Amino acid sequence: MIEPGLYHLLFLSTALFFIGVFGFFTRRNLVTMLMSIELILNSVNLNFIAFNKYLWYDKMDGLFFTIFIIAIAAAEAAVAIAIIINLYRSHKSIDVENAEELKY
Amino acid sequence: MSGSNIIFYLLAAITLLSAVLAVTTRMIFRAAIYLLFTLIGIAGIYFWLQYEFIAAVQIVVYVGGIVVLIIFSIFLTQQAGDLLPKPKFGRQLFSTLAAFCGLALVMLQLVQHTFTPTNNKAIEPTVANIGNQMLGVEEGGYSLPFEVVSILLLAALIGCIVIALKSKPSEIINNEQINNEQGTRNFE
Repeated sequence: MIEPGLYHLLFLSTALFFIGVFGFFTRRNLVTMLMSIELILNSVNLNFIAFNKYLWYDKMDGLFFTIFIIAIAAAEAAVAIAIIINLYRSHKSIDVENAEELKY
Repeated sequence: MSGSNIIFYLLAAITLLSAVLAVTTRMIFRAAIYLLFTLIGIAGIYFWLQYEFIAAVQIVVYVGGIVVLIIFSIFLTQQAGDLLPKPKFGRQLFSTLAAFCGLALVMLQLVQHTFTPTNNKAIEPTVANIGNQMLGVEEGGYSLPFEVVSILLLAALIGCIVIALKSKPSEIINNEQINNEQGTRNFE
């Protein structure tokens, strides 16, 4: 086997990103869609860290982007779950097909 | 074939396998647990890259925070033992095709591209270095984004409370007024 390097990490994060995209397309449940979004955000974080480690090791910008993305993902998950729980209270279901009447 | 390589491939395999299971399993609670293993695998890869601080943040925020939040919301919104409905075949086919085409496109671009690393001296990503740059106000400091994110977190906190409140605030105020009026009447 070859020594793992930048390309291996980029392959890994690309695969993770498209697994998340697949889940986002197929799932109809809001909580599982949120899980897919978390997968996508994690693949982006991995990408930033890989570039920081192997290409621009003289700076720490990728690392800071990762920290900020983690903070924003936490805020986003908290707000999304508040909305999901509120939706469940009024509709008794968290399926996206039932959530379409939110626009009225 | 050194031990380090074996650990990397093992972590990558765990991450990808549990990610695939997390988006395909029909039991929602198991999906959350597979997501947990994916996030732990990614934290392991950060440890393997010797970014210990990011790995610790990943474990604390994602594994300790977000997954627990997701599990709680599953408990609050889902009947136990219910299977998720099977996705329609057409949708499944379309999603697989879209994801695979995207993957092939990005991989193709990746293998054709050669990256050139910089020649400058490397900085160690120690906690002291991270802290100095994150709160620095000089060139390259990150204190403004830091403040913006702290405002964002505060806004998200207030937003969550407002959204998840049981009844509308006006109703609560009205109820309180009615209670107060009744209280004063009783007192009289």
